[in-house]
Amino acid sequence: MKTHTKRGRLAAALLAPALVLAACGGDDADPEPDEPDNGEAAPDDEDDPEPGDDVAPVAITLAENAIRGGKNTEAAEWIEDWAIPEFESMMADEGFDITVTFEGSGADDEDYKTTIALDLSTGGGPDVIGGFDGIWVGEFAQANYIQPLDDIYPESSNWDGWDQIPDAVQQNMSFNDQRYGIPGGTDGRVIYFNKELFADAGLPEDWQPTSWEEILDAARALKQLDGVVPIQLNGGVSMGEATTMQGFLPLMAGTGAAVYSEDSGLWQGGSGEVEQVLEFYAAVYGDEELGDPLLQQEAAGRDNSFLMFSEGEIGMLIEGDYLWRAVINPGSDLAPMENRDEVIGWAKIPAREPGAGIDGQDFVSMSGGGGRVLNPNTESPEVAWRLMEFLDSPEALLARHADDPRITSRTDVNEQIIDDEMISFIAEEVLPITFYRPGLEEYPQVSIALQEATEAVVTGTSPEDAAGQYQSTLEGIVGAENIND
Amino acid sequence: MPRTSTTDHEPLGPGENAGSQRPEKRRTDPDAAGLGRARATAFVVPALVLIGVFLIFPALWTLYLGVTNWRLTGLAAAEPEFVGLDNYIDALTDDRFLSSLYRTFVFVIGSAILGQMVLGFTIAWVMRRTNKLVRGFVETLVLIAWILPASVIAWLWLVLLDRRSGTLNALLGTEGTAWLLEYPMQSIIAFNIFNGTAFSMLLFSSALASIPPSQMETARMVGAGTWATLRDVVFPNIRGHILTVLLLVTLWTFNVFAPFLLTGGGPGQQTEIFPVLIYRMALQTGELGRGAAFSLIMIVINLVIALVYLRVLRERRQS
Repeated sequence: MKTHTKRGRLAAALLAPALVLAACGGDDADPEPDEPDNGEAAPDDEDDPEPGDDVAPVAITLAENAIRGGKNTEAAEWIEDWAIPEFESMMADEGFDITVTFEGSGADDEDYKTTIALDLSTGGGPDVIGGFDGIWVGEFAQANYIQPLDDIYPESSNWDGWDQIPDAVQQNMSFNDQRYGIPGGTDGRVIYFNKELFADAGLPEDWQPTSWEEILDAARALKQLDGVVPIQLNGGVSMGEATTMQGFLPLMAGTGAAVYSEDSGLWQGGSGEVEQVLEFYAAVYGDEELGDPLLQQEAAGRDNSFLMFSEGEIGMLIEGDYLWRAVINPGSDLAPMENRDEVIGWAKIPAREPGAGIDGQDFVSMSGGGGRVLNPNTESPEVAWRLMEFLDSPEALLARHADDPRITSRTDVNEQIIDDEMISFIAEEVLPITFYRPGLEEYPQVSIALQEATEAVVTGTSPEDAAGQYQSTLEGIVGAENIND
Repeated sequence: MPRTSTTDHEPLGPGENAGSQRPEKRRTDPDAAGLGRARATAFVVPALVLIGVFLIFPALWTLYLGVTNWRLTGLAAAEPEFVGLDNYIDALTDDRFLSSLYRTFVFVIGSAILGQMVLGFTIAWVMRRTNKLVRGFVETLVLIAWILPASVIAWLWLVLLDRRSGTLNALLGTEGTAWLLEYPMQSIIAFNIFNGTAFSMLLFSSALASIPPSQMETARMVGAGTWATLRDVVFPNIRGHILTVLLLVTLWTFNVFAPFLLTGGGPGQQTEIFPVLIYRMALQTGELGRGAAFSLIMIVINLVIALVYLRVLRERRQS
């Protein structure tokens, strides 16, 4: 008997690694050949809605990377308390029995992405997938995990909302000029700073640096204060895309280079501008210790940096308007600041020196944006689309953002909701000088390579060596012939 | 057993006795349960199907995936290409792979062999004579650390080792020490010892109980010290158990993933033991093909350990 149990355990131990991969490899997720049928069957229902028991109940699921009491709690509360009940009763008025289940999540964006990629690769997944970063569209589309809205539900192109969404914003959720989802909005990056600490360090309240050197000067002044980390510049792999988006890329735009040039079709190699950015990292995390290198390596480093910033332990933090809206806003569950509006200031990110940015700009920023996609595996594309449409209706966006403003994808809504000083600043001052990431399937891997390069510098490697390492990693990803030098 | 049955059969050859009643009866002998070939097959098939579906097929599938450039997303997810042995060649020449193998080795030696086994034995040895209450208390504590889900334990350890308000820093007065960053490997070794010592302790407790009391008594009569008793009486008696614990704990620790919950493999790659490397590569970076190749290498290492274990077990039974 004893032997049997031992063998059982042995088999279990052996199985584990094999199973994990087999589970991932089970299905190549070819789109169902009969997909269009689903789309055709559903509209019939709409043409003659028969209120009452004749209409079969439909259940759909909606996923977001938001969860009550945790990440993006406002979004989760809005969905559960307002959007789903409203949608269900709206559909009930039309005679449909619809149940929407919310699948919340509070994971890091990278883990959330892995989850939905695995869901979709097995032919499953929620019917409507929110929290979908625009830069994932290319790789998901090429993997056949998602499909153009026109293919899944052709009626979607008639939605009146499209007229309200600028083409540049629609581009966020498009690939090869086809729409894959409804964009949720856009954002911009700035340097936030703590005015109280700035006052203690003898720095002006309306601080606006015009070069990297001035950022470092301010950091040196803050360094004199006790128990204050002068600057948080995201670095390292554990910060994930936040390192690339809030750290590396805005700096790189300030050197005049883009990670990928649309014109030449080439990626930026390791020398020159990349090294300049890494030198800035070295200046922050090197001997002067203007930043906290350990914070960049902690598994929960980003959340901890938010906490420290909200508690006045960090002087400057480069972040997107997400920080203002969803992290340090007084109603947040992450790092609320009651006195946010009085204490926190913001400044545009300067180029390395005036005029050194892309297109000769003095100031730069990076923008992105996500949205919601329609799962091609859904059994009720029509209902799922109706839900997506509803969630991006002016009515729904006003309910969501009236007290929690952000730049939504709809111009008609933005005109009504943006009265917050910070969000107006992003809309008026930052969006005109901003840049976007390339929507190519190689980008996420390149992004990780950039994170690794910053991590190397944060932990003491010389910028030159880290840049060289980046060059060779990049060659492995895109091929040496696609790199400019 | 097999040998006796063959000798039984030898005279039954289809020679002179064919046709007579006796050999016919004898021929049905192997079918002791009287099921007949068809029914016997029917009984075995479900088990074989399960093994086939959950063990053999995944292993073969992993073998196939390992020779492709299959990725989680992108073009290579829709149409993976055959890349031959590239993934394996990459693995064996990749610093990240080799240093991960080395780290796994350190982790297994440190947490499984030196940690769980030595600590498990020590607890079992000390508790053997203490009163029931103390013994029950200690054993319960150790067991709780074992039966709690790894995610719960990991959370407790995160709180314990936290840099800003961690319990350990408060106890030691070492404020601001980031244990998970400054002593990452030591931290996950301690974590794994904490999490897994109960198995060794339980097995060693029962092994110690199986030592004939007369031998222990004799040792005491001749005035043998603790060390001499251990060396001359205890270890020779429980050698088989030690081997079992050694191999099982090694195998489990080699596959353990829970340290990922503490450090995520970092800082850098300092706690990237083998299962963590595969997870990061296959699911975080999305390189499923390479991940599959690495998994297969891991399966082979597991098989080697398992074979050693089975062989040792067989020798024990024969002797």
